[in-house]
Amino acid sequence: MTFSPPARTRNTEGRLTLGRVCLTCGLLAVALAGAGALALHFGSAGELWRVLFGGSPATPQERVILLELRLPRVILAMLVGAALATAGACFQSLLRNPLADPYVLGISSGAALGTILTLLLAGGDTVAAPLAAFGGALAAAGVVYALGYRRGQFSGYSLLLAGMVTASFLSAIIVFLSTTLSGSDLRGLAFWLMGDLSLFPGFPLSVVALPILAGLVVVYRFAPDLNLLLLGEDEAARLGVNLKLVKTVIYVCAALLTGLSVSVAGAVGFLGLLVPHLARQLFGSDYRLLLPAGALCGAILLVAADTLARTAIAPAELPVGAFTAMAGAPLFVYLLRRRTPS
Amino acid sequence: MREAAVGTIARQAEGLLKVRQIRFHYSSQATVRQDGERGFEIGPMDLAVRPGEVLSVCGPNGSGKTTLLSLLGGWRKPQTGEVLLGGGEASRLTARERARRVAFVSQESPLLFPMTVAQFVLLGRYAYLGGTGFESAADWEAAQESLRRLTLLELASQRMDRISGGEKQRAILARALAQQPELLLLDEPTANLDLNFQVEFLALVRSLAQKEKLAVVVVLHDLNLAAEFSDRVLLLRRGKALRLGTPEEVFQQPLLESTYGLRLLVDRNPVSGRPRISIAARTSGSGDR
Repeated sequence: MTFSPPARTRNTEGRLTLGRVCLTCGLLAVALAGAGALALHFGSAGELWRVLFGGSPATPQERVILLELRLPRVILAMLVGAALATAGACFQSLLRNPLADPYVLGISSGAALGTILTLLLAGGDTVAAPLAAFGGALAAAGVVYALGYRRGQFSGYSLLLAGMVTASFLSAIIVFLSTTLSGSDLRGLAFWLMGDLSLFPGFPLSVVALPILAGLVVVYRFAPDLNLLLLGEDEAARLGVNLKLVKTVIYVCAALLTGLSVSVAGAVGFLGLLVPHLARQLFGSDYRLLLPAGALCGAILLVAADTLARTAIAPAELPVGAFTAMAGAPLFVYLLRRRTPS
Repeated sequence: MREAAVGTIARQAEGLLKVRQIRFHYSSQATVRQDGERGFEIGPMDLAVRPGEVLSVCGPNGSGKTTLLSLLGGWRKPQTGEVLLGGGEASRLTARERARRVAFVSQESPLLFPMTVAQFVLLGRYAYLGGTGFESAADWEAAQESLRRLTLLELASQRMDRISGGEKQRAILARALAQQPELLLLDEPTANLDLNFQVEFLALVRSLAQKEKLAVVVVLHDLNLAAEFSDRVLLLRRGKALRLGTPEEVFQQPLLESTYGLRLLVDRNPVSGRPRISIAARTSGSGDR
């Protein structure tokens, strides 16, 4: 037995430590706070700085706009951005497909259908809608999973096709149901379907905020498992992953994150695809960093996109989903061409 | 020290891996076979592998070699009989416990996203991760040590998709070693490698088996490689163990000819002294003269 001195610890090999994760996420959190402050600031009325720091005292109207309209909306954008980015990263590992995304796979459509059904049957109950959206997302993910799974593995194309078929089938049902709506409701629905963060006043944000935060935490506990799932299910199991448990938890959490996001913000497209890929370029593909950093990036991006949607043609608003889809669809094509799934 | 040595001797005597009278068949045999062959039962079979020993499993396509490996590792449970790993039943282990005792090497599978060789090898430490989900200093040491054993330290910061096939196969073996297993199972590990890398890889496996007292079971198609690198050979055909013994005992002309349906010449390799198998004639179907 020859003695060899321990190899010098170099970090060029990409060793990930808790410290590096905390540092990166800390910086991103500061950026997120900055984005949030800017989003509060921009708008048709009421400048943030003046309300917060005095100068001339803010009018009650300005306070309402800032604290009761804009603030919940900014928080919602953060939550939905984080949730969709995380759900996308989860589906990419779970389905072993870099093109997986809740919107592309039709899982958002399942959630949208669930929400619309409660809207028609229960009149937009604030608890029933997120629950039904969760159920719809779970069912749609189950269908896509079953259709895309062939001989013990996922085939890239059959998975994407299964998602597309599911999405168009569900959209057809949504269109069918929407014919029962009257003019203004119909316009609201179309807006919401594209992805829209304008909450109706007095919406209890915590109904979706708490489950989304819980989902994010639970998913993060499984980050090492998601790393191994990328190698394929057999290999992950041989390296020690409890497949049944991990797949169930990730599938339920990803559906929860998608469902809750859609129930309040509609189908914000491609964020789940766009953000994990962006984060991989910036931070590498280790899920222990990718998940929290991706969630924060998703939050920043959606806050920025929503501010743009809110102010670009003020006083009118654009649906934020239109912006994310315009950025996401070309990226999808680029990824599809660059690495065609087998 | 003395106790450890005694323990090792006791373990060697009883065999680390012990297979008693196993039988296994897939529940829906129609769906399993991709080569159109009808399903068959594996076993009944008895087998014992000692630490430090390399056992090759050979046989025609569709003999159940890969299935046998998954039974040995406990990923599948035999319908009757038992597979004992260090005294306990292999299929009862949790995935995590199993990954600390059994490592599996197959041909490289493509990676979805790029990672470095070091990151790839660190994945072998998953089963040892504590509550934080981050590798400890000990995990990092173990990964560095397996990189060093497989002379991959220089390549540690290279991306997996930018190294050669032989280096990739070594990285997969390094990941398996990082699991610090007692039993190493390899499924045609050299299928994608050229002759030079095949020999290098198997020589490496052999020396690791001896140095680390690993029990090794390797599925090999190439009978000459099996003859050169294994202590014992198990010849399988349609799930049945035709013979188990040293390469000299198993690689005998009549047995091999009837197993593969091919006329063969078996002599001795003048350099190594091991059996050497050459093709004597084409198969009867394609012009036996």
